[in-house]
Amino acid sequence: MSDATATPAELHGHEDHGHEDHEAHYGVPGYDPTASKMGMWLFLFTELLLFGTLFIVFAAYFYKFPTYFMEASSSLNIPVGGFNTVVLLTSSLTMALAIAALQRGNVKLSVKMLNATIGFAVLFCIVKAFEWGGKFEHGIWPGSDHVSAMEFGQQVFYSLYFVMTGFHALHVIIGAGLILWVKKRTLNGTISQERLVLMENIGLYWHLVDLVWIFLFPLYYLIS
Amino acid sequence: MSSDTAMPDLPETNYINAEKGLKSWLTTIDHKRIALMYLIAIGGFFVVAMGLGFMMRLELLNPGEQFLDGAAYNRVLTLHGVIMIFLFIIPSIPAVFGNFCLPIMLGANDVSFPRLNLASWYFYIAGAIVALFSVAAGGVDTGWTFYVPYSANTDANVMLPMFAAFLLGWSSILTGLNFIVTTHRLRAPGMGWRQMPLFVWGIYATSWIAVLATPVIGITLVLVLIERYMGIGIFNATMGGDPILFQHLFWIYSHPAVYVMVLPAMAVVSEIVPVFSQKRIFGYRFIAMSSIAIAAIGSLVWAHHMFTSGMADEGRIIFSFLTFFVSVPSAVKVFNWLATMYKGSIKVDPPMLFAFAFIFLFSIGGFTGLLQGALSVDIHLHDTAFIVAHFHYTMFGGTGVMFFGAMYYWWPKMFGRMYNRTMAYVGFAMFFVGFNTLYFPLFIAGLKGMPRRYADYLPEYHSYHALSTVGSWIMVTGILILFANLIWAIKRGKRAERNPWGGATLEWAVASPPATHQFDGPPEVGEPYDYKIPHLGDDESAGSGADEGKA
Repeated sequence: MSDATATPAELHGHEDHGHEDHEAHYGVPGYDPTASKMGMWLFLFTELLLFGTLFIVFAAYFYKFPTYFMEASSSLNIPVGGFNTVVLLTSSLTMALAIAALQRGNVKLSVKMLNATIGFAVLFCIVKAFEWGGKFEHGIWPGSDHVSAMEFGQQVFYSLYFVMTGFHALHVIIGAGLILWVKKRTLNGTISQERLVLMENIGLYWHLVDLVWIFLFPLYYLIS
Repeated sequence: MSSDTAMPDLPETNYINAEKGLKSWLTTIDHKRIALMYLIAIGGFFVVAMGLGFMMRLELLNPGEQFLDGAAYNRVLTLHGVIMIFLFIIPSIPAVFGNFCLPIMLGANDVSFPRLNLASWYFYIAGAIVALFSVAAGGVDTGWTFYVPYSANTDANVMLPMFAAFLLGWSSILTGLNFIVTTHRLRAPGMGWRQMPLFVWGIYATSWIAVLATPVIGITLVLVLIERYMGIGIFNATMGGDPILFQHLFWIYSHPAVYVMVLPAMAVVSEIVPVFSQKRIFGYRFIAMSSIAIAAIGSLVWAHHMFTSGMADEGRIIFSFLTFFVSVPSAVKVFNWLATMYKGSIKVDPPMLFAFAFIFLFSIGGFTGLLQGALSVDIHLHDTAFIVAHFHYTMFGGTGVMFFGAMYYWWPKMFGRMYNRTMAYVGFAMFFVGFNTLYFPLFIAGLKGMPRRYADYLPEYHSYHALSTVGSWIMVTGILILFANLIWAIKRGKRAERNPWGGATLEWAVASPPATHQFDGPPEVGEPYDYKIPHLGDDESAGSGADEGKA
């Protein structure tokens, strides 16, 4: 956590603001990017623990059913999953470029990059939908007769596959919505070169979504 | 009140009357008003759940069925547990007194994210409404732990209370996040980490546990819901899943959660004991660090709830050892409180009585907890009334008592009025006697084999249960007297001085009740437990500490 290493002077940055404002506003929380970022990191911890719990569950069952997990894993399409990995990684890049552009005051480029990020997010979801659709066509969905006839290990694999990629896809959708919101605020000037902590925070969130996928991809697609 | 000198009038505008109307309350972002809104909701739910507990005791007065059949008893038991745990104990001290006092103690005018703070309150209320709705939908009989496979199969509508717990979890995550950032960012100039009051340290440690542990229960409950409604089999043995895994995930959160419950109570004791001994706290750093140690070690002991659930012996031995180990920092605190009192000039005012009660009751609760930490003993005690007695001594005798203690300590600050002392002593005495009469017999009944969560029992346990039920009558009367005294004080109590107890933390330097912006400028920050600071005395002519801070 970057904030934990901040110097005491940085942690007390708000006092400088306090002296600038007139006394009546002493100690009233105003625009404090360090606080906002600290809050965002704490929120990201909760997200990490949420997914971390799912990864623990995955680890427990992988340990219990290694061969069935590998067998079921081979039914997943590596090129498609790999393509989606590239899509998400690129979207992280465009998100970072959007922030870098706004830091230099280039609103136009920043908005372009946000648009690209949203585009990649939509592309990811479309590919994911086709992947799930393919599974459904083969009679594989939670509780289907086909799955119920499988070995325990494979049933658990598909349960976890749908839950974890589903949760991740939900985060992608929420993230895309947040970026859309950030774009609106960048266009109307609420987010600007001087006040861009909100865009940075949503960027952090987007990188987390990316990071989770980077663990999901090898665990589900590559273990076979 | 002993002092009959002319009391100052209440400040004309304060945070309570600064704005009028229900809307001004429901949209407020003032941390003190939000604290009051929590107090009303939490206090209300406590009374409801106390009523449910009272009903269970009445049912158990005699063997056989009195007025609740087994199914109804299970629903009452679940509701009592869910309300007490999720709607009362977990939010109690942090949401009410953390919100009210933490910013003031730091010398700030609000928390870092005031709007998020209000949002947390709405999450709490939403969770409460969903929980109540589940009662209307027929109630739930799983117990507050929602163990699978029963919770995934029962006909009762489990979705509602689980969703309520999920919402309430978000409320405590967001509150914790807010307190952590506030503690880092809004300390007044000159207040380093070692000048922070110990209450702030306790709330800070609590907030970290809430932020780090709550997401685990959130996702676990969601998994059970998906299992119930969408055919996933992660905890379902007929589909290759493992029900024991649910218990692990549940307790990974829920054991740290008991420290979410008890650390704030210890933090209140750490404020009250030095003030009423008028002596600098002994071992400030040890008390502060023991909170962090409890938070850290407490995250590693969850499986001691599962010694009889099926686990490798190696695992059981490790968790047993860690369970013994986590008692060390708690004991460090108790020794420091006792050393603080030693040779102090102790004033036995009502708040101090609650601190005494905490040390006494929590010690009993803690030592009986160690008994269960021992593997062989736990096999005998597991799921008996002994456990019920143990966690009521820790949770109620600990957190509940200090919630009362915090009310009796900070009430004059929150409302600018003092309660009636005689009634406080009477209420406390009845509460304390009733409490021990109610819960201590359950230790013995449990040792003799009385199972927990049973609506009926064999005649040989009759004397214990009858005694316990009589205790509940005494205790509830005491609690009602304690509450009535406080409510009476809001309107009729004598005006309270700015600093009635002689405290040295910053909340005693601002007006009673505080103004909406309690500090006009950076306050003068001194040692929080140095009782020889002149400007914090009772002398009102000296003006407010906040004003002096500017001078």
